[in-house]
Amino acid sequence: MPVLYTPEHEWIDTGDAAAATVGITVHAQDALGDVVFVDLPAVGTSFKKGEVAGVVESVKAAADLYMPVDGEVVAVNEALRADPSLANTDPLASGWFFKIKLADPAATASLMDQAAYDALVKAA
Amino acid sequence: MSEYSPSTALSKTPLHALHVSLGAKMVPFAGYDMPVSYPGGILAEHRQCRESAVLFDVSHMGQLRLVGADAAAALETLVPVDIVGLAEGKQRYALFTNDDGGILDDLMVTRRADHFFLVVNASCKEADTAHLRARIGSRCTIEPMPDRALLALQGPKAATVMARLAPNLAQLTFMSGAEARIAGIAVFATRSGYTGEDGFEISVADVDAQALARALLDQPEVLPAGLGARDTLRLEAGLCLYGHDIDTKTTPIEAGLTWAIQKVRRPGGDRAGSYPGAATIGRQITDGVAKKRVGLVGLDRAPVREGAAILDAGGASVGRVTSGTIGPTVGKPIALAYVATALAAVDTRVSADVRGKLLPMQVAPMPFAPHHYFRG
Repeated sequence: MPVLYTPEHEWIDTGDAAAATVGITVHAQDALGDVVFVDLPAVGTSFKKGEVAGVVESVKAAADLYMPVDGEVVAVNEALRADPSLANTDPLASGWFFKIKLADPAATASLMDQAAYDALVKAA
Repeated sequence: MSEYSPSTALSKTPLHALHVSLGAKMVPFAGYDMPVSYPGGILAEHRQCRESAVLFDVSHMGQLRLVGADAAAALETLVPVDIVGLAEGKQRYALFTNDDGGILDDLMVTRRADHFFLVVNASCKEADTAHLRARIGSRCTIEPMPDRALLALQGPKAATVMARLAPNLAQLTFMSGAEARIAGIAVFATRSGYTGEDGFEISVADVDAQALARALLDQPEVLPAGLGARDTLRLEAGLCLYGHDIDTKTTPIEAGLTWAIQKVRRPGGDRAGSYPGAATIGRQITDGVAKKRVGLVGLDRAPVREGAAILDAGGASVGRVTSGTIGPTVGKPIALAYVATALAAVDTRVSADVRGKLLPMQVAPMPFAPHHYFRG
């Protein structure tokens, strides 16, 4: 299953619908600058698509993390909580933020594929 | 995150093209298109300043000259600071006050042989010039210097760089200034800054700014730094940012800046009062204040930023954060806040309301990171 994207510069890897991984893109971490703190959701909490699930803080400002699709948080990245710089150095892998169980696996159809996201970033 | 689109309405400093060529992220600040950071990022620039040296472009700030035999006495009618007694070549921190004792701006004043050299905040330079002209324009000449740039070289290795490029500047002690030539370029520099580290603020003709910047950036100890690092550095140093930690609603006494008011201008001094708000400020020096600016350290990991409410143990609102970040050198959340005087003692525990969560904080001594000024 491919990695899909939101207009808010987050990625979701739906390889496992019971534990889809969510993170921020290379573009997002570059725009943020040095990440110094992450506020991760509590495991077991459910959010609707678009709700604020957490916060990622750079030196200068806080940015909301949005839920990409309806779901329940099943895991959070404790390594990231301990070392927020992972969001800058490895945003697509070890800098993941949380994993969610999708309420509806078909809901990802509304998200952007790689080509659409690349076009969004280019136009910015 | 908001995407920034450049606006042609923004002003540019003489070093704008250099910042862009170095890959800086540019943001609007006080009407100027300014570098917030270079590709290495804010944390790297902050560390470079504490460990080696960085160069800031602060040409957006206002530089002015006051000329005339009566300039010192005239300026004393606008600031609660000893200007008459300031020796030639010496620099002082000053505050423009209003009739309520609030602060209109903070500035640096240097006595030169035949004039006073003022550096004011970019966001206030128009208002400050108008204020000077309206109040003392009949007693001395107010000369803005829009054709000057201002560069700040800051860090423990700044002196090494100056010893190499302009040895007479390396002889200066903190808060004094002198003319010099750096790489053949005429400058006026003061040994002062806004980072807590040793360093120099260098005034130069705008046509020479790029050559001066390149000469300084060519030194192995020096890297460029932007406004992002400037803010984390000054906050760790416990220094106020006008419009945030001090403004028209804060008096110098509430702000913890009583030290800037020399004895001669305090109640009982030979030239006490005779500046705007002197009655209020004099009374506060004698009787105390209801709120005070303090330093807070976070006992949690989360940064606490400007606007966060400060609560006491009972949950009552007792103050507000005016600046906050995670201090890169101290490794913890730090903040400046105004709190009720009863809670201003070091080690007092308070809470900060961040997005509905109450985060534990503690009043801490300032500066959060030690100063390293060169006193000779």
